[in-house]
Amino acid sequence: MKKAYSGFMRALSEGKFVFTGEVEPKKTTKLDGIIRAASVLKSHVVACNVTDNPRARAYLSSLVASYVIQRETGLETICHMTVRDRNRLALTSDLLGASALGIRNVLVISGDHTMGGDNPGAMPVYDLDSTQFVQMVRGMVDNGIDLNGNPIDGEVRLHVGVVGNPNADPLEVEVCKVERKIKAGAEFIQTQIVFDVEKAKRFLKDLNPSIPVLIGIFPCKSYRVAEFIVNKIPGISVPKEYIDGLKSAESPGSPSESKNKIDAVNMDYFSNFIKELKKTTKAAGIHIMTMGYESIVGKIADGVLDEARGLN
Amino acid sequence: MIITKSKPKELVLRSLGGRKRVFIVGCGTCATLCQTGGEEQVEEMASILRERSVGKVVVETPCDIRVLKRDLSPHLGIVEDADAILALCCGAGAQAISEFTGKMVVPGLDTLFVGETERIGRFYERCRACGDCIIDETGGVCPIVRCAKGLLNGPCGGMANGKCEAGGHTRDCVWVLIYRRLKEQGMLERFKEIRTVRDRSKRAESQELKTR
Repeated sequence: MKKAYSGFMRALSEGKFVFTGEVEPKKTTKLDGIIRAASVLKSHVVACNVTDNPRARAYLSSLVASYVIQRETGLETICHMTVRDRNRLALTSDLLGASALGIRNVLVISGDHTMGGDNPGAMPVYDLDSTQFVQMVRGMVDNGIDLNGNPIDGEVRLHVGVVGNPNADPLEVEVCKVERKIKAGAEFIQTQIVFDVEKAKRFLKDLNPSIPVLIGIFPCKSYRVAEFIVNKIPGISVPKEYIDGLKSAESPGSPSESKNKIDAVNMDYFSNFIKELKKTTKAAGIHIMTMGYESIVGKIADGVLDEARGLN
Repeated sequence: MIITKSKPKELVLRSLGGRKRVFIVGCGTCATLCQTGGEEQVEEMASILRERSVGKVVVETPCDIRVLKRDLSPHLGIVEDADAILALCCGAGAQAISEFTGKMVVPGLDTLFVGETERIGRFYERCRACGDCIIDETGGVCPIVRCAKGLLNGPCGGMANGKCEAGGHTRDCVWVLIYRRLKEQGMLERFKEIRTVRDRSKRAESQELKTR
């Protein structure tokens, strides 16, 4: 393991089972939403991801949001950087800026294609791909040079993570791709959301990674959200028992009663999911994606951590 | 082959504006095969323009200045008198016509891509003319043009069930095709290699090739 610049990487290198959360800046100039979301996550996760124009929608900058979250809440961030919107010059600038501002973790993502975004006429850049981005970060951090070998003044203190998709079919193609990114120098892997624990297990078994892997989960705050995933996001299978659980939790009752029941379904389902992962795999932790359902993070993460401490 | 598509007729007429003497040039090679600039399409435009059409010719390869000169020379008098030339050929041909005649050229076609012909009316983009061919590394399939993101180390996370996210998972993910092709060829180690960054300066300005 390389030198740890961040609390997140330190926890991973110490072999702690970690939880991370996620905050999504929107098309806004207001910062209170991301600060509020990060504050809810703060005492339950080691770091929070900050998304970069997800689904190719032009939102407030992930770099700015990451800086503000760290400054205002003290919660460490994992700043997403897609290679879709910036060429190697702009990416280098942002990496230098991130390091200068105390951001210590970046997650490189190809980025959903612009065709499906809110400015479909935009030019998709993809000057680098995610593997090449990792190579660029390695040069900056390890050798103090940019992609073309130009020297950088000052130390670049960053960790770079990559994404893998356990839902991918054919999986062997995905595994080869992730192996490339590990070979390029990635330091951690965070996966696409998984509902079926067997898929996460198979991915980890086939990949047998030499770097820590955080499995992504997405507790749905309503039956409608789960239905959206099933119908609109190809390739992600959601077990029927989970969907049925959400559906029956929404049956008539007061909204707060319904919310408690939904929380209970998520806590039960994902606690078992995580328990199974911890028992059978070397997963290093869990990344919890929430999209406005931050309140569930503590309920899931604390339950798992309490159990590990023998408190349950 | 250079694949072209006819512009909507009303758009062409709008571009021609009030010009009264229009000379039409077709292309005997690519645009003839695409059925966008052959004899038939040149005739059709002439009949639409009626008396505004003062002459027409299908040049064998209008993008080749030498051939253009040869095939246009019998018509030079009429071309000289024309106030616009309607070019039913690719952008390279249209610009050669403009350069050679000095006349206002109205493009009648949109140039789409360098493509492969399955049959007439079915063309697929297969080459981006990137100037740095690597298909020996990718099972004879070009990721620069066929991956919507032009990735060199794909697939991306948008691949689902072997399909590409761009355009809504209707087309095959080219990186899955590449994987399968290399596997069939017993060259899977090629797939696992990291392909490093491309030198984009090769495409930073318009290309010229002068070998002698």
